[in-house]
Amino acid sequence: MRGMGARLMRKGQIMKRIATALAFVTLLACSAQAAESPTLKAVKARGELICGANGQLAGFGMPDPQGNWTGFDVDFCRAIAAAIFNDVTKVKFVPLTATNRFTALQSGEVDVLARNTTWTMSRNTTLGIDFAAVNYYDGQGFMVHKELKVSSALELNGAAVCVQQGTTTELNLADYFRSHNMTLKTVTFATVDEAIKAYDTGRCDSFTTDSSGLYGVRLQLSKPDENIVLPEIISKEPLSPSVRQGDDMWENVVRWTHYAMLDAEEFGVSKSNVDAQLKSTNPEIRRLLGVEGQFGQSIGLTNDWAYRIIKLVGNYGEVFDRNVGQGSPLKITRGLNALWTKGGLQYGLPVR
Amino acid sequence: MIAAARRTTGAARRVSRVAFQLTLVVVVGALFYAAYINASDHLARANISSGLRFWNNTAGFDISQTLIAYSASTSSFGRAFWVGLLNTLLVAALGIILATVLGFTIGIARLSRNWLVARLAGGYVELIRNVPLLLQLLFWYNAVLKALPELRQSLVLPGGGLLNNRGLFLPAPLFKPGFGEVLTALLIGVAVTYVLHLRARRRQEQTGAQPRIFWWGLGLIGGLPLAVFALAGFPLSFSVPQIGRFNVAGGLEILPEFAALLLALSVYTAAFIAEVVRAGILAVAPGQTEAAQALGLRAGPALRLIVIPQAMRVIVPPLTSQYLNLIKNSSLAVAIGYPDLVQVFAGSVLNITGQAVEVIAITMAVYLSISLATSLLMNLYGRRTALVER
Repeated sequence: MRGMGARLMRKGQIMKRIATALAFVTLLACSAQAAESPTLKAVKARGELICGANGQLAGFGMPDPQGNWTGFDVDFCRAIAAAIFNDVTKVKFVPLTATNRFTALQSGEVDVLARNTTWTMSRNTTLGIDFAAVNYYDGQGFMVHKELKVSSALELNGAAVCVQQGTTTELNLADYFRSHNMTLKTVTFATVDEAIKAYDTGRCDSFTTDSSGLYGVRLQLSKPDENIVLPEIISKEPLSPSVRQGDDMWENVVRWTHYAMLDAEEFGVSKSNVDAQLKSTNPEIRRLLGVEGQFGQSIGLTNDWAYRIIKLVGNYGEVFDRNVGQGSPLKITRGLNALWTKGGLQYGLPVR
Repeated sequence: MIAAARRTTGAARRVSRVAFQLTLVVVVGALFYAAYINASDHLARANISSGLRFWNNTAGFDISQTLIAYSASTSSFGRAFWVGLLNTLLVAALGIILATVLGFTIGIARLSRNWLVARLAGGYVELIRNVPLLLQLLFWYNAVLKALPELRQSLVLPGGGLLNNRGLFLPAPLFKPGFGEVLTALLIGVAVTYVLHLRARRRQEQTGAQPRIFWWGLGLIGGLPLAVFALAGFPLSFSVPQIGRFNVAGGLEILPEFAALLLALSVYTAAFIAEVVRAGILAVAPGQTEAAQALGLRAGPALRLIVIPQAMRVIVPPLTSQYLNLIKNSSLAVAIGYPDLVQVFAGSVLNITGQAVEVIAITMAVYLSISLATSLLMNLYGRRTALVER
């Protein structure tokens, strides 16, 4: 009996060893396959990129009256499409609310989420998503009706504030009032449109969101001139496109799309001069545009990936100006989003 | 022999039937278990947190209407869940009461012999039940908001209330010691009146005489508490709402979101209840009304004593469905910013914690429980009104 038990045990151990070995081989096979990004493969097979966008925020993501999507985040997705397909129209935009955006990304409904989303630790560590790169440094601000004669957010004690649900804004708002010993009445709405409408009809004294959004919202109000944006910025809102965890190659594509646009601005490569720049002798420009090196292939694309982005979409500065900056109705100054060489925080990483 | 064989086949059939049912239970259980394992496995593989550890973490967001103490800085997500649930229950309970009263009135009015009243009721039903509830809700909300004056031009109501586009602000009662006795007096008054009513009914059933107890009732329910109130030295004062720099301070606040949702839900559901009531009344044979008239009952008592009790048998089951619809429709609150369960828990909490599977499952379980509890109560009531065959 005992001998048989030992034999059985030995047999069990052998089986276990075989299983471990098999698992190891499978793992190796998997990691060998991982050289190609499953998301990139799916996007190429589908023939278009699916991009989670805002849909209601002027300057960042909104269809124009003709139904064409425009905005800062929209152009980011177009840049990815340009890098992959050499065609900016091969993007499908899915409008997402603050509440359903992460679920849409997690479940694979969208390939990338570019929807003015703040990079926070809990989102990064508990939602199974990775943030690629901060493409807009933002902060939360307040807008108030001019007739209230308020000049600082610190005078808002007791005010009713309209806010969109499911945002970092909602939390910062409570934090700010709490830390300054002020009371507030929050009125929370599921979409930003409803929150704006309620503020516009006088349901609230103030509306709060990221300050970049406030300028766009102000233009949507019935009387934009009777509203002012207060000077206080009460939070840090690093906005970043995000992807699902577990596909690092795809994350590389998204991350380097941003840095390619940033590097292009730094080197003075723009939509209009990119063809001439192909003959540049500057090694950094030559590497960026794919004249030298195999940088595109290393992220699963062609070597002229950055050339395509700049040719079809433009560099970071051009995209900024066109959508939210001086070339747009919003007229937001570069501020923190100026290049590091001009006193801002946008710092392109070297392509080499 | 034959009898024994038949017995064994009977037993075998019973065994196979039980075995079949057991197998079904096991298969269904296994399906649920597989779904659970599959979901948790996938969540773990996608690095998405799961479990209910978030329940006691600090919520950090504000809620505009809280029936229990809640503060953004100290309360947990679990507390936010209860706040949302209570807000849902509040609007659902008041909605059911209002919709029932309105629905019964309109349903009976639609059968009125008065041409105008019947047509008005018919018009109400056709208009209301053919427009989507969400549109009606937005209409009420925007109509309520836009029609009301701004804070500085608040309408001052008699008694010190204020009405503006921030809501309705009523003087809040402040109870002083001695008010408990007034409530006790009221309870005693109601109890004694009920006993009087029972005695009067028994006398009517035995002798046919109808003892008048109205004035006794009024004295007991109205007079007695008032007398105690005066004796105790008027132990009640009011906190009158005042217009502050931004908002109204003090007083009892009724949010416009709450008012709009309550109005929309009760007006909409009332149209369906009216039809249910009409159908129920029409289901009572006309002979019953005629018999009541032949006995000398006037229209009012005939309706109240003969027709409605019989109609209730037909009315209660579909009425239950309407109540359930109202409860579930209250989740449309999310469209106008009323902090109900869906808005607070399946909205803010879901988004901050990112745990969609758990939060949605809990929310669904809560609606299921509320609906089952309502059904249970209505079934108990339905059993009371059911036809007792002799």
